[in-house]
Amino acid sequence: MPVDRHPMPEQPAGVRNKNFDEVALGYDLETAFAEAGRCLQCQNALCQTGCPVNIDIPRFIKNLREKDMASSIAVLKSKNSLPAVCGRVCPQESQCEEKCVLGRRGQPIAIGRLERFVADYAREQQLGLAPAAAAEEKNRGKVAIVGSGPAGLTVAGDLSRMGYGVTIFEALHEPGGVLMYGIPQFRLPKEIVQYEISQLKLLGVKIEVNMVIGRSYTIGELLEEEGFDAVFIGTGAGLPHFMNIPGENLNGVYSANEFLTRANLMRSYKFPFVATPLVVGKKAAVIGAGNVAVDAARTAKRLGADAVSIVYRRSEKEMPARNEEIEHAKEEGIVFHLLTYPVKIIGNDKGWATAMECVRMELGEPDASGRRSPKEIKNSNFLLDADTVIVAIGQGPNPLIPTTTKGMDANKRGNIIADENGRTTRDGVFAGGDIVTGAATVISAMGAGKAAAKSIHEYIMSKRANPDK
Amino acid sequence: MAKILSKREFSPGVKEYTLDAPLIAKKCQAGQFVIIRTDTHGERIPLTIADFDRDGGTITIVVQEVGNSTKHLGESFGVGDEILDLLGPLGRPSHIENFRTAICIGGGIGVAPVYPIARELKKAGNKIISIIGARNKDLIIFEEKMRATSDELFITTDDGSIGRKGFVTDPLREILRAGGKPGLVLAIGPVVMMRNVAAVTKEYGVYTVASLNSIMVDGTGMCGGCRVAVGDETKFVCVDGPEFDAHLVDFTNLMQRQQMYKEQEALEYSCGGHCQCL
Ligand SMILES: Cc1cc2nc3c(=O)[nH]c(=O)nc-3n(C[C@H](O)[C@H](O)[C@H](O)COP(=O)(O)OP(=O)(O)OC[C@H]3O[C@@H](n4cnc5c(N)ncnc54)[C@H](O)[C@@H]3O)c2cc1C
Ligand SMILES: Cc1cc2nc3c(=O)[nH]c(=O)nc-3n(C[C@H](O)[C@H](O)[C@H](O)COP(=O)(O)OP(=O)(O)OC[C@H]3O[C@@H](n4cnc5c(N)ncnc54)[C@H](O)[C@@H]3O)c2cc1C
Ligand code: SF4
Ligand code: FES
Repeated sequence: MPVDRHPMPEQPAGVRNKNFDEVALGYDLETAFAEAGRCLQCQNALCQTGCPVNIDIPRFIKNLREKDMASSIAVLKSKNSLPAVCGRVCPQESQCEEKCVLGRRGQPIAIGRLERFVADYAREQQLGLAPAAAAEEKNRGKVAIVGSGPAGLTVAGDLSRMGYGVTIFEALHEPGGVLMYGIPQFRLPKEIVQYEISQLKLLGVKIEVNMVIGRSYTIGELLEEEGFDAVFIGTGAGLPHFMNIPGENLNGVYSANEFLTRANLMRSYKFPFVATPLVVGKKAAVIGAGNVAVDAARTAKRLGADAVSIVYRRSEKEMPARNEEIEHAKEEGIVFHLLTYPVKIIGNDKGWATAMECVRMELGEPDASGRRSPKEIKNSNFLLDADTVIVAIGQGPNPLIPTTTKGMDANKRGNIIADENGRTTRDGVFAGGDIVTGAATVISAMGAGKAAAKSIHEYIMSKRANPDK
Repeated sequence: MAKILSKREFSPGVKEYTLDAPLIAKKCQAGQFVIIRTDTHGERIPLTIADFDRDGGTITIVVQEVGNSTKHLGESFGVGDEILDLLGPLGRPSHIENFRTAICIGGGIGVAPVYPIARELKKAGNKIISIIGARNKDLIIFEEKMRATSDELFITTDDGSIGRKGFVTDPLREILRAGGKPGLVLAIGPVVMMRNVAAVTKEYGVYTVASLNSIMVDGTGMCGGCRVAVGDETKFVCVDGPEFDAHLVDFTNLMQRQQMYKEQEALEYSCGGHCQCL
């Protein structure tokens, strides 16, 4: 009889939906060893093929099993500079864990939980710290990185270890990208993100916050006037989409970005002890069903909304958010209105939202992508009370850099065009992460960062070798 | 970090600060703004660049203390102190061309952001007619600077304590009625003032631009909190503006959105906000 995977200890749903502390508490030492003990140490480890940055999964688990924590964290960090983050937010169920052989008959190894455990343990015990770098060693070249999300941080870490002088330019007042402003505290504590960033600083990475590239400097100026040999653009998908339905500019209607930025980056949940307010009504409705929507709904609940619902035009099967998060949300009392589409937001005479007019949908024939596309059911309109409406239907690329950078092409949607090595159409300019792919995942942004770091290194080396070219 | 190099009070609750900001001073253009955050508990406050000195590496901001964050700046920050975060220049620069005659209207504190734009319009060859207004004499700011860049200057106050008694729209209407056909009217000030200016110029079909002060968070196009209806489109003031064709702006919606946090702001900082107890 195979042993089942060990459950993750969690705060009870009725407690955690009133606080911002982390939901999942993490394995203790004993549970981690026991879970690691289930691993078969496959010769041909399928789990590893499911990892976008190709972590040597059996090896870090073996080291853990042998209680050699220093080696275990070293294996993780050699491929992934943010293991404490990825262990928490990666969609393991569709990556490494989906491939794990144990999953065929029973339950796969809880690879994500083990990754998180090793990273947390190493942080607490101060293992596997980044070596402090001497400035004079960074003489291979100078690289500018725009945006401090997972893509930018990965490029910075890799190039810094190779001996490049790296400067990150970040528009907001704190580095971390979506990890800081988007993903909530209860899923990814900000202290952990800041710790990982402090490790990069130890490596010698410089971070300049409050710098909007396109305004403070253009990409051209960084290359031609500020002496950078190459630039990496990792500015993410930060532009919120709206539905373009009547009533969307009423008070009480937010983009998920605004709602989450106020709550996370500006820490509105501590208002009035911090200065940035956030208004949450009694009944909140979130439009969309991705990670962003689920995060916004769970945040609204914690900020005191009595009833929080998610309104989604397809069925449960198509919801893009991680299963675990959907389950967590349900436990916390979030209601899902599926096959429902908002057509109008209704307001009172003071300009505040009061309700949302919705129609019911049904799924039609599968389209080219195999997904069954939703169709409106005629005359099925109904009202859903909502004094807070959060629009979480996706984000696009911010046009500032594409429109101020000569010789660098973007596609019709505004995403920067880059090949699999991160090369854009402009010499010396590289890009990766959500700005290239559209909104995706932390690990795919990191994967793109890894590839770009390698090709930036090759680019600078070949330029040094043939300075006339 | 940005050091405050000088600070002076124009009138109770209206202060001018010069900040050490070499990069912004080098890059900024008329019509752009910055965002400041005074300290780790602070809000991000958008403020127009009222003047800049490229060689000296400084920018000037003029701040009206309307709520907790601006009061905190006014009360707790003096010369030599550092503002934790300063971001800019943000927004699109004003569109400067020779319109032949430009009427530049500033209401209250709005005169400060009008000034650098008027100066650039003047350089571009425009005849500048300026109208500046406020509730009373004490609240009129930048009078000398405006006089120096204008061919004609009108002052109006609600109580007539300086200039003529009335609103900025009074001289504007007279000029337009007398057949003056400016190529541009620029209005910056309280939303009601901008809306009224737009109503007057619409009658005469004169192209009019208003600079909008919607509530902002990031100022980089990321949150959409600053959105406003312009014609049948939704625009983000921080990246698509702050200036828009005043005849297309939905001022009612803008005014409503500015009220969004009114109740919360009344509660703000129950322990002074800067107790560091959290
Ligand atoms: C609420 C939310 C929840 C999510 N949950 C998950 C999850 O559970 N698991 C998962 O894998 N993924 C999740 N994602 C997606 C994931 O966070 C992103 O795919 C990932 O962060 C993209 O990384 P990036 O480095 O490309 O960009 P970002 O993380 O978006 O970082 C871009 C950075 O660039 C900065 N920037 C932008 N323009 C400029 C400029 N002109 N100058 C200087 N700086 C600039 C921005 O301020 C930002 O800090 C979530 C996203 C959101 C919004
Ligand atoms: C592009 C732009 C340029 C501006 N330029 C100037 C300037 O040069 N001088 C000046 O004194 N003021 C300027 N403002 C307005 C200034 O930002 C607000 O007065 C300030 O943020 C109020 O903060 P508070 O906490 O003191 O007041 P609060 O009590 O928070 O609010 C008072 C009122 O100010 C407005 N407000 C609140 N928060 C914000 C915010 N984050 N962004 C914008 N408005 C807000 C609301 O209408 C609110 O009702 C500008 C605003 C914008 C958007
Ligand atoms: S596939 Fe599963 S059992 Fe095999 S090495 Fe990977 S984690 Fe262990
Ligand atoms: S202030 Fe956030 S998009 Fe304009």
